[in-house]
Amino acid sequence: MSRKRITAAAAVLVLATGCGAADMTKQASPYAHAQGARTVTLSVQSWVGAQANVAVAQYLLEHELGYRVDTVQVDEVPAWDALSQGRVDAILEDWGHPEQEQRYVRDKKTIAPGGDLGVTGHIGWFVPTYFAKKHPDVTDWKNLDKYADLLRTAESGGKGQLLDGSPSYVTNDKALVKNLDLDYQVVFAGSEAAQITQMQQFAKEEKPFLSYWYTPQWLMERIPMTEVKLPPYEEGCDADPAKVDCAYPVTPLQKYLNAGFAKDGGEAAEFLKNLTWTTEDQNQVSLMIAEQKMRPDEAAKKWVDGHESVWRKWLP
Amino acid sequence: MATITATARKPAAPGILTSRAVRKLLVLALAAAILAPIAATQWPGTPWPAALTVDVSKPLGRASDWIIDNRDSHPLFLYFFGHVSNVVVIAVRAVYLALLAVGWAGVTAIGALVAWRVAGVRLAAGTAAAFLACGLLGMWVPTLQTLALMVVAVLASVVVGALLGLAAGLSDRMDRVLRPVLDTMQVLPAFAYLLPVVLVFGIGVPAAVLATVVYAAPPMARLTSLGLRGADKEVLEAVESLGTTARQRLLTARIPLARRELLLGVNQTIMMALSMAVIASVVGAGGLGDRVYQALASVDVGAALAAGIPIVLLAVVLDRVTGAAGERLGGAGKSPVTWLYALVVGAAVALAGRLAGLLDWPDGWEVDIAEPVNRAVDWMTAHLYSGVPVVGGTADWAARFTSWVLNPLRDGLQWLPWWSVLLIVAALAWLIGTWRTALTAVLAMAAIGVLGVWDPSLDTLSQVLAAVAVTLVVGFATGVAAARGDRFARLLRPVLDVFQTMPQFVYLIPVVALFGVGRAPAVAAAVVYALPAVVRITAQGLRQVDPAALESARSLGATGGQQLRQVQLPLARPALLLAVNQGVVLVLAVVIIGGLVGGGALGYQVVFGLAQGDLATGLVAGAAIVCLGLMLDRVTQPTERRTTREGA
Repeated sequence: MSRKRITAAAAVLVLATGCGAADMTKQASPYAHAQGARTVTLSVQSWVGAQANVAVAQYLLEHELGYRVDTVQVDEVPAWDALSQGRVDAILEDWGHPEQEQRYVRDKKTIAPGGDLGVTGHIGWFVPTYFAKKHPDVTDWKNLDKYADLLRTAESGGKGQLLDGSPSYVTNDKALVKNLDLDYQVVFAGSEAAQITQMQQFAKEEKPFLSYWYTPQWLMERIPMTEVKLPPYEEGCDADPAKVDCAYPVTPLQKYLNAGFAKDGGEAAEFLKNLTWTTEDQNQVSLMIAEQKMRPDEAAKKWVDGHESVWRKWLP
Repeated sequence: MATITATARKPAAPGILTSRAVRKLLVLALAAAILAPIAATQWPGTPWPAALTVDVSKPLGRASDWIIDNRDSHPLFLYFFGHVSNVVVIAVRAVYLALLAVGWAGVTAIGALVAWRVAGVRLAAGTAAAFLACGLLGMWVPTLQTLALMVVAVLASVVVGALLGLAAGLSDRMDRVLRPVLDTMQVLPAFAYLLPVVLVFGIGVPAAVLATVVYAAPPMARLTSLGLRGADKEVLEAVESLGTTARQRLLTARIPLARRELLLGVNQTIMMALSMAVIASVVGAGGLGDRVYQALASVDVGAALAAGIPIVLLAVVLDRVTGAAGERLGGAGKSPVTWLYALVVGAAVALAGRLAGLLDWPDGWEVDIAEPVNRAVDWMTAHLYSGVPVVGGTADWAARFTSWVLNPLRDGLQWLPWWSVLLIVAALAWLIGTWRTALTAVLAMAAIGVLGVWDPSLDTLSQVLAAVAVTLVVGFATGVAAARGDRFARLLRPVLDVFQTMPQFVYLIPVVALFGVGRAPAVAAAVVYALPAVVRITAQGLRQVDPAALESARSLGATGGQQLRQVQLPLARPALLLAVNQGVVLVLAVVIIGGLVGGGALGYQVVFGLAQGDLATGLVAGAAIVCLGLMLDRVTQPTERRTTREGA
């Protein structure tokens, strides 16, 4: 009796999954397309700019095109992998991952480029402007060692502290400190949230700090920061990660879509390909989310209400 | 949940212990005298010698490339992992769609009715309130997603755990093989499980479910085996004398007799699965955990709390309901008719909700708690961070704690020659355990060196030691107070519940705002997380002290303090040792998560591995955490667990 039942259950299971091969590259999220809705799954990276892109895209997809949008927070490199498998349909802000581009876009052709986001990204070392005003020469890397004492913390030991953020971000800072022979210790905050919180606490007391940071970033509006000049970037100077001794490049941020979605995604894919906006637009939404603590959908609504001429062009 | 292993143990007589301890130390000193000079001359220097490390990063990198390149073509993936992954996706989806179809009114009603049947009216009201609160917080859909994932993961864990437990309970050989494996799995931080699963299944729900199953199945297996082995011998003999077959005996006597342990196992599995559900958001599990994780990105404690509260509510409700179900087992069985009523009412409510169009939680019924919470947190951090008169702000404490405690501890550990670290580990583990535990501990520590992560591991170890010290001081003090005052204990219980079930991610940000970035906030978060278990076990151990012993002490005119010091604390020694053991294990779990707030060391490497898809770094660090956990557990694990096992 019970054995019969087990056999039956096994049979049902085999039938349900299909006896043949199961393609792991074609697996949507189990929460997608519930109740017959057309669903798009967007990957959100952990910084607020990416949240702003997704919030506006989500709002327009839901309210103008009638989609249901799921978002998943994944770090950058795993997001590429998830994108190639179709677990997410799109990445809206990529800061340049040559290795992944080679593998997924050119070799395996499971990911299709989705065009420019319109925002230009730049990574660098920053000090708060109140500090740079007091000590104008701190903005050149050659003078950084003079200020190592001022920038010491309990974590950095006897050296100055260079605050780094999330492990998922592109960074050459350890190599830079070594190759430029600076009296600094890279302290990894471990997440952007921790890094921002720490910078806000420093700024409240007008304490000096030196941090890995990037633009566009909403925090710049709250805590004005000045970039420290590193040796200029030249093509190829960052080819060997251990030997980097130059500044970070300027990156036009890119969108990427799952290849299948780009082809058959209909209006949603068309819309996401068309989406481009400026740094100021993105910053407006980011500030509403991060600083005024508005919910991403409210922030998106507020921006969408005021900028119809911008987003009208994205609709297919 | 950590209290199950708190079985009463007989402390060994102190006289024997000391003489045995002296003998052990003498043997060890002899071994050290012979081996240490050899080691010191062969491989001089304090860090682990480079000649004794094995570089695994190349093969691991190749393995990861191979998997990515072959994931869509190799038969292993097409015919095995692919199906596993599909089954998980289909199952989660089925549960999710079913929950959506029942609607919020139906889910609430059915939840409350089930709670009513198994646990009584009060818990039914609590369950309904909890579900409504999830909706009010604007978290209805994420709650359902988490619930769907949990249902699948818990069912799978219970089945896998029960099967393993059955095997271990019925066969002595299986028990010998499985027991150390399960013991070990229970002490491992959840973070260490994520990477291997992600390697095969990629980011997403299947990986999250499987990591959860691996994490949550061991307690079920342990308790099943325990229940089967603990069955009353006389009952079994009576059943046997009736001429039953082995299978009949199992189904009619042994399993029913083990009901209590089985239910406790289910309870434990649910709690562990829920705590994993949040951590699994790092690998794309979605649901409530993902909301917490997303809120963290914008440093929004209020939003993180709004998603964290449903998790706490689910955990408390599920814990109490399954716990009550276990307690009620002894009572007379209720007639199935009431179950039928409950079913009918549930179906009716679901249908009514469907007809009334109340499937999705209505938008207008949401309460925004994020803003007031954020204001409170801002106020707190603004006023406590620095410049508090006399005592100094929290930032100053953190800086002092880092430079006066953490730095010396870390530097001291890293200053010790590597062979002396092994020696210390061996001595501690052997003193408190057997030569076997000592050997395991030493081998685990040596494995860390071989993997080439000696220095970061010692860094992590220094954080663990500092956090454990703080936890034990505060925990024992609070536990003693809770054991002596009933009212204080009652006040404390909900607080402990909340801190034990609140996802650690939620309090990472306020901790950073108070203590800055670095190892100090990691230690603080670890203390907050480990404290409840230590307080509970301490209080329980003190309360279970034989009342007769207390009475006689009182009649001899002992004061309250004397009773505590001379009667209660010595008699509660096993419980206190267990508290230390649990404290160490829990602290390690959170110190690893502390990698997200600047804890650095192994935790950072695991986070880095996950974030960059760099398996070599992540897996090696994960393995080192496993070894560290193993070593710490063996060093703090009293012998009795082993001896009772061998006697059973």
